[in-house]
Amino acid sequence: MQEKFILGNEAVVEGALVAGCRFFSGYPITPSSEIAEAFSRELPKLGGVFLQMEDEIGAMGVIVGAALTGHKTITATSGPGFSLKQETLGFASFTEIPCVVVNVQRGGPSTGLPTMASQADLMQSRWGTHGEHPIIVLSPSSVQECFKYTITAFNLAEEFRTPVIFLMDEIIGHLREKVRIYDETEVEIINREKPQVPPEEYTVYKDGDKLVPPLASYGTGYRYHITGLAHNRHGLPSFSSETVIKLSERLHDKINKNLDKISIYNEFFMEDAEIVIVAYGSTTRSAISAADILRKKHGKKVGVFQLVTVWPFPYAKIDEFNSMKEIVVPEMSLGQLRGELEKQIINAKEKLIGVNRIDGYMITPDEIIEKTLRGVK
Amino acid sequence: MTKENIVLKYLRKEMDFPNVWCPGCGHGIVLTALVRAIAKTGWTKDEIVMVSGIGCSSRAPAYLDFHTLHTLHGRAIPFATGVKLGNPKLKVIVITGDGDGTAIGGNHFIHVCRRNIDLTVILFNNNIYGMTGGQYSPTTPSEAYSVTTPFGNIDRPFDISKVAEAAGATFVARSTAFHAAALENYIYKGFQHKGIAIIEAMTQCPTCYGRKNELKDGVAMMKWFKDHSISKAKFKKLSSESPESIDPDDIVTGIFVERDDIPEYIESYQNIVNSLLNREG
Repeated sequence: MQEKFILGNEAVVEGALVAGCRFFSGYPITPSSEIAEAFSRELPKLGGVFLQMEDEIGAMGVIVGAALTGHKTITATSGPGFSLKQETLGFASFTEIPCVVVNVQRGGPSTGLPTMASQADLMQSRWGTHGEHPIIVLSPSSVQECFKYTITAFNLAEEFRTPVIFLMDEIIGHLREKVRIYDETEVEIINREKPQVPPEEYTVYKDGDKLVPPLASYGTGYRYHITGLAHNRHGLPSFSSETVIKLSERLHDKINKNLDKISIYNEFFMEDAEIVIVAYGSTTRSAISAADILRKKHGKKVGVFQLVTVWPFPYAKIDEFNSMKEIVVPEMSLGQLRGELEKQIINAKEKLIGVNRIDGYMITPDEIIEKTLRGVK
Repeated sequence: MTKENIVLKYLRKEMDFPNVWCPGCGHGIVLTALVRAIAKTGWTKDEIVMVSGIGCSSRAPAYLDFHTLHTLHGRAIPFATGVKLGNPKLKVIVITGDGDGTAIGGNHFIHVCRRNIDLTVILFNNNIYGMTGGQYSPTTPSEAYSVTTPFGNIDRPFDISKVAEAAGATFVARSTAFHAAALENYIYKGFQHKGIAIIEAMTQCPTCYGRKNELKDGVAMMKWFKDHSISKAKFKKLSSESPESIDPDDIVTGIFVERDDIPEYIESYQNIVNSLLNREG
């Protein structure tokens, strides 16, 4: 373990390298560019690959292609670039190719506020690509968490053969903090399962009843087809109802039946809480400060629930908050997170309090305190 | 004596036949030339990765027993670039078309030429979007008819080989489905080339292009290729002696670029890696 004083964006690179990633491709975009810059310095020293592509879509294609050679791969982008990557993200989800896609959220829509923060890509990270597909999305709230959960992102991508989105925001990306960097012997590293059967028995999308079939790397003797078309166990195009339905069910089941491994959250002051602040990303920091002040100065029993895994959404956990007097939801958007909570909270209009900012600035503890004290109006 | 059909050796047995292509389509001829060129290399099936985009030509890899990757519209080149960089020992072949490769994927096409990474791109140019029903493409000739140029095409077509050359490709060749033996030879030479190799294969689409442009079937279109192709050498000669005798619609065929003075991308990258590793060690 060693300590460093670095940016959130740089901690992502540290985490990726510890996770065993040796392949980055990207395209310059604010506020994520420090990630590409750090990879361009570090990867050649380790014999890894850095490639700046001609556009965002190209970079996404590169990391998916490289993942099939056995590499753990990553790209990093922000708002407009994240939009451009959506089609390929859907491809990676549907064809079950592991990779990590970092989106350092900035103000949108369109070119928006390129140097300022936002959390308005929450829904895009879930539903940005067309069609119904499973996805895993993690979000860090500190530089330490950038390091820690980047490793988790790779582990989940490898274990569940899926793209994982690392949903940061500009504040976390450009925040400089002390961070403890552990080496690969000090953290858990998961590598994708390789086929145990001989090539003639291998099928790329079926291995008994396994929800996640092993993925063979190119050049290792296992030849198979991959297509973005609906496909059978060999990966070959098939549009039969039975094949299409089975494939979709398995894709969703591999995520939904493994929530115990995938769903990560942190709780603060929750033991006796009567009011809960639900937050993710940089907003979590203000939420914790607000809860602390509300307890000490105002005698309110306030706790904080931080979503690290924002998708799949922890509906079962949120259901427990029906016992709370109030649920406060600070977010740098007009209410995307609050909208998701509304699905689970009975009498949501009488319990949910939104604290929203869309001007690129961080939500302050004071703003959360004021809204919490005012209650539902 | 019957000669062994070398192509059968490379077909994927799990795949349903017949293939998706229409009667009279030239893609099967181009694919056969490609497979015969592969057979000549001595490469094993397991070291070959075939990557395609979306369109009629991009359906080709599924029929072959290699590592095959059917990607997104226009994106075969980035996926292939990732595969090659991920494992440079693999022989990576890109299958694309005129729409896939030079319209939606045009940016990747010019940049892969500039980058000079060791890939072989076989671009099936049938001057039309076949899979979507016959809309005009970046290579549809001016004044030609298609389902979206009912009054004649007012666009000017790309000369793909010239685009590749201008973008810096280090191997560029063009032939037609009629000249299948030459095509096979160019593809084979492309495989031997260290760096980016672009092989433009003119192929006929009687269903979508021919029927709209007075070329009623595959045979008529093949005959058109025969009558309207002109070798690079002959074109050069005629250009200086009697330029008026050249039909502007003629297809010039041959190897246009073949140079080995430009560093290959992965070699250049590896040089940096090696120098850093030496410095550390």
